[in-house]
Amino acid sequence: MRAFTTLTGIAAPMPLANVDTDKIIPGRFLKTIQRTGLGKHLFANMRYEDDGSEKPDFVLNQEPYRQAEILVAYENFGCGSSREHAPWALLDFGIRCVIAPDFADIFHNNSFKNGVLPVKLPREICEQLMEDARLGANSRITIDLERQVVVRPNGEEIPFTIDPFRRHLLLNGLDDIGQTMQHAPAIDGFEAKQRAAQPWLYDAKV
Amino acid sequence: MSATKPRTLFDKIWDAHVVEALPDGTAVLYIDKHLTHEVTSPQAFEGLRLAGRKVRRPDATIAVVDHNIATDASRYGTIEDPESRTQVETLEANVKAFGIPYIPLTDKRQGIVHVIGPELGLSLPGMTIVCGDSHTSTHGAMGALAFGIGTSEVEHVLATQTLLQKPAKNMRVRVDGKLPAGCTAKDIVLAIIGKIGTAGGTGHVIEFAGEAIRALDMAGRMTVCNMSIEAGARAGMVAPDQTTFDYVKGRPFAPKGEAYDRAVAWWKTLPSDEGAVFDKEVTLDAATIVPQMTWGTSPEDVLPVTGSVPNPADIADEARRAQVQRMVDYMGLTPGQKLTDLKVDVVFVGSCTNSRIEDIRAAAAIAKGRKVASHVRALVVPGSGLVKEAAEAEGLDKILLEAGFEWREAGCSMCLGMNPDKLKPGQRSASTSNRNFEGRQGMGGRTHLVSPAMAAAAAIAGHFVDVRDYQPKEGV
Repeated sequence: MRAFTTLTGIAAPMPLANVDTDKIIPGRFLKTIQRTGLGKHLFANMRYEDDGSEKPDFVLNQEPYRQAEILVAYENFGCGSSREHAPWALLDFGIRCVIAPDFADIFHNNSFKNGVLPVKLPREICEQLMEDARLGANSRITIDLERQVVVRPNGEEIPFTIDPFRRHLLLNGLDDIGQTMQHAPAIDGFEAKQRAAQPWLYDAKV
Repeated sequence: MSATKPRTLFDKIWDAHVVEALPDGTAVLYIDKHLTHEVTSPQAFEGLRLAGRKVRRPDATIAVVDHNIATDASRYGTIEDPESRTQVETLEANVKAFGIPYIPLTDKRQGIVHVIGPELGLSLPGMTIVCGDSHTSTHGAMGALAFGIGTSEVEHVLATQTLLQKPAKNMRVRVDGKLPAGCTAKDIVLAIIGKIGTAGGTGHVIEFAGEAIRALDMAGRMTVCNMSIEAGARAGMVAPDQTTFDYVKGRPFAPKGEAYDRAVAWWKTLPSDEGAVFDKEVTLDAATIVPQMTWGTSPEDVLPVTGSVPNPADIADEARRAQVQRMVDYMGLTPGQKLTDLKVDVVFVGSCTNSRIEDIRAAAAIAKGRKVASHVRALVVPGSGLVKEAAEAEGLDKILLEAGFEWREAGCSMCLGMNPDKLKPGQRSASTSNRNFEGRQGMGGRTHLVSPAMAAAAAIAGHFVDVRDYQPKEGV
């Protein structure tokens, strides 16, 4: 996973609540067996007409938002399914940070695993950032994960909170499977005890 | 935590699975059962391969195909869609390479992962159960801690049989009283989501409790827990009781004989202790529930079937007004229109929410002696090959076919627009599935979520109806 330290970029405004994972990446695009290549299908139903041409009103079809690296949205972003294709599609498009008042749990989790940073900020602040984002190319937003601040185009710094463990993994681009494998002896011990107490949980055969 | 502090059902299962508690509160949490399917696993197996890792406990995972397969006889030949075929073939190659138990398409036990888990006794009380699928919450009906995970976590479970997790908060939703005739578990859960919203449970595990939940059979409890995710919750659960123990007994993978007795003795200790503290509590009076249907494009946009389409002009909050306007436009509705005046094009009875034998019986009871309206396409899709077999043994397939319903092979079908069963743009459906998002059942499709009985009644009438006015015909 690519480390996330600081990011300064164009932010796309998406003033919608409940942006669900079917909006982010519709089910018909989940047939891939790869993590990459989904960027062209990001927000497909909102972004393209039935004939595949772009809908000019959709934010990511407009300049400078085709280069957006940040997305600003409203409540309950990423609700719906567990599809990790949602952060994969965002990342493949080039979006590495989503700012919203809150996120659905599984999407929130999945984002961290892929180096996409979800930043939770109160609705009023998201509204201000939405206005900043609407100003386009000359209004870049910075996310500084090291210092845990979002820097508005006017220089104002807005602190945000984040789970320290996840921050550590992101800053260093660490894979958490490797971390967990360090606990292998404890896992062995747990299994030995559980196997003795509940043997039916082991050796299922279809 | 002191041994005397009262604990919730969630706390007890959590505590029993903590391998190691890390200083920051993260736990290395042991996972007893991992279910996997073709859509969210290929990248996880690829990750293992790239890192040179193996599956720690192949026997704790079980694989099945359900999402992108056709539900007609064509699936037993070559899968037509090349991408779907690749995904199924990739799963088959992966289970072989990593030694994972697999139920193939040709096996009568094949079905939707959340139907077959409980049905085969793979999902048991007290377990931690995960799957790369948000509706894993379904298995919480067994009195298990079951939740959906992303593909990176699928890889993590395959490699380590654990997950790194912070404990969720505890929430209890109590549904007191008795459910009126014509109402079902689906109406309970839709009413709950309508009350608390799609983010009402975020960060929490919901324990469903109260007289009306206790009175539900296991299928009903599964319906309720299935849609916990639509309330934003990490998981939903129901404390195991005699209904649970009776359900588990004799299932192929359930403990037998002395092991069963030992298991039950443990399971009986799981219900929340008297005085256990919940971070959030919500109560609902079952007697006030009316058959529900969603009108918008979020499961929280739900009303009693007796209601009318909301008028955006009546809404003071600007953001909400814009949102309602967008939904009214997408769904092709007229403000003030009675919900029962909405015509349906397609009726879908199926999905991990409502495809069990009890659901098929409910649809068949309405269908018996009646005919599907001529303009309606109506599908009944059993959740598993075993459900299909049981329904056919009861003659339900004949009742449904005579009424003009299609009787299909098991799979996710028209829940999610990933297989040939899809809505066409502009089509309106009465669906027993769980999500009414824009385009969920097919691009441009318009989904109204309802119970199986409501769906069957809409198929007959050709428009939505209050199923309480549409009771089964006696003696036909």
